[in-house]
Amino acid sequence: MSYLRQFAARITGQAIRIFARAITAVRADWQGIEPVPRQRVYFANHTSNADMPMIWSCLPPALRRDVRPVAAADYWLKNKLRAFVGPEVFNCVLIDRRPEVDDKPMDKILAALDEGSSLIIFPEGNRNMTDDPLLPFKAGLYNMGRARPDVDLVPTWVANLTSIMPKGEVIPLPLICTVTFGAPIHVQDGESKDDFLRRAADALAALAPQVRA
Amino acid sequence: MTSTTADILLLAFGSFSILIALTVLGEVLRARQPADMPNPVLETYMTRVQSWWGMVAFVGIALLTGKVGVMILFAFVSFAALREFLTLTAKTQADHIALALAFFVVLPLQYVFVGMGWTGLFAIFIPVYAFLLLPIVSALRGNANRFLVRVAETQWALMITVFCVSHVPALMTLDLPDYSERAVLLIAFLVMVVQLGDLLEYFFGRRIGRTKIAPGLSPKTWEGVACGVTCAMIIGGLLSWITPFAPLGAMAMAGAASLVGMFGSIVFAAIKRDRGVKDWSHLIPGQGGFVDQLDSVIFAAPIFYHLTRYFYT
Repeated sequence: MSYLRQFAARITGQAIRIFARAITAVRADWQGIEPVPRQRVYFANHTSNADMPMIWSCLPPALRRDVRPVAAADYWLKNKLRAFVGPEVFNCVLIDRRPEVDDKPMDKILAALDEGSSLIIFPEGNRNMTDDPLLPFKAGLYNMGRARPDVDLVPTWVANLTSIMPKGEVIPLPLICTVTFGAPIHVQDGESKDDFLRRAADALAALAPQVRA
Repeated sequence: MTSTTADILLLAFGSFSILIALTVLGEVLRARQPADMPNPVLETYMTRVQSWWGMVAFVGIALLTGKVGVMILFAFVSFAALREFLTLTAKTQADHIALALAFFVVLPLQYVFVGMGWTGLFAIFIPVYAFLLLPIVSALRGNANRFLVRVAETQWALMITVFCVSHVPALMTLDLPDYSERAVLLIAFLVMVVQLGDLLEYFFGRRIGRTKIAPGLSPKTWEGVACGVTCAMIIGGLLSWITPFAPLGAMAMAGAASLVGMFGSIVFAAIKRDRGVKDWSHLIPGQGGFVDQLDSVIFAAPIFYHLTRYFYT
């Protein structure tokens, strides 16, 4: 049975990848790093629920096998289909966001890093519905950078998803989505939390394509 | 095997021999290059030749399958080109439905009309119906911010990537005396003279080009364009046996298509410069996007179609 579920998960993963490729021609632009298997935390802007599948789809297979998106348990455990796709297809690290539950999210994240996995995280914490490029970052990125200083923190900009699928629309537009990976950053000795988070946000925002429209 | 099929195969073998020559040339140059220092110009050239192999194979197969294959191929090309174009145009959420209609209704309908040979309808469907109806859909969402820019750029995208591109397969629907079943060869003629003219324009422009046509916009020179168009005319004359045109007529048609195409690609260079991008997309390795590859064919197709219709039907 579990073999069957694993097989179904792999097929579903391929289907999601092909769908993303066919609709948005999603492309990875490796500006600051090479697509080589190294342990990384990809931290990305968050405008749409399709952000994570887009990043996941454009990683080469060898990197995709080792990457685990950090995602909200309340979203991915909402129904049976999501509970299959989130944990089994994307291999998510699920975080319980309910205030009354102290889920110790950082322990789960560090445990995943100690297993050798790379991570995809959205340091804004929520989807950005404003006109600003980024919301203020939460402290998680700083904490994992401090706790595991060897891991590369890679800024990852997902472009165009707000036009492809604005909130409230039903039909996705097949526009081209580009995922840009920048140069990795690390928490420096003596760097304060706010300084680091500002530096991380600047590094991420700098990757946004400059298209005059 | 019909004579049309035989001619397509002959053209395909001709194209393949050119490509084999280009590939061998590249591999020889590569072998003479020291292994520790690859030459970026050569590597770009080889990627381009590889993409050309793919394109010749795709177009060849489509032409061999006949009308349906050609329709599907160019509908796909339109889709890819529209996607590249609309990625760069001005839009807001208020345009979402209008843009979805452009992709999923206007584009397929245009190719249905072309496929059915409804000449009167496919010639006005986008310039009249889409032109009038899509802005209504956008306006109903009540966002006036940059409205004219948004609707104008959407219409431009449709005209270029759907209306103009669909005039390539529309050549098959022309009612040419004693030629109708061979009309698929007209597509091969148009694509070959325009693309080979471009290639030779690039070559001669590099060699003897002096006077830039649009400095700061495009590296094209008057000398390069003159040589490219002349070569296109010669190639057109040599290919007149696949067309309904007499040799001189074929030269004139090839010259007109090639000339319009070259100036068309200057227009596309201006759009790219305006938007601050180098290529339309990344989908064809070494060449950029579909629009980069087809810019001259896109401009030449409607002119070529109407000249043929006017003088030969």
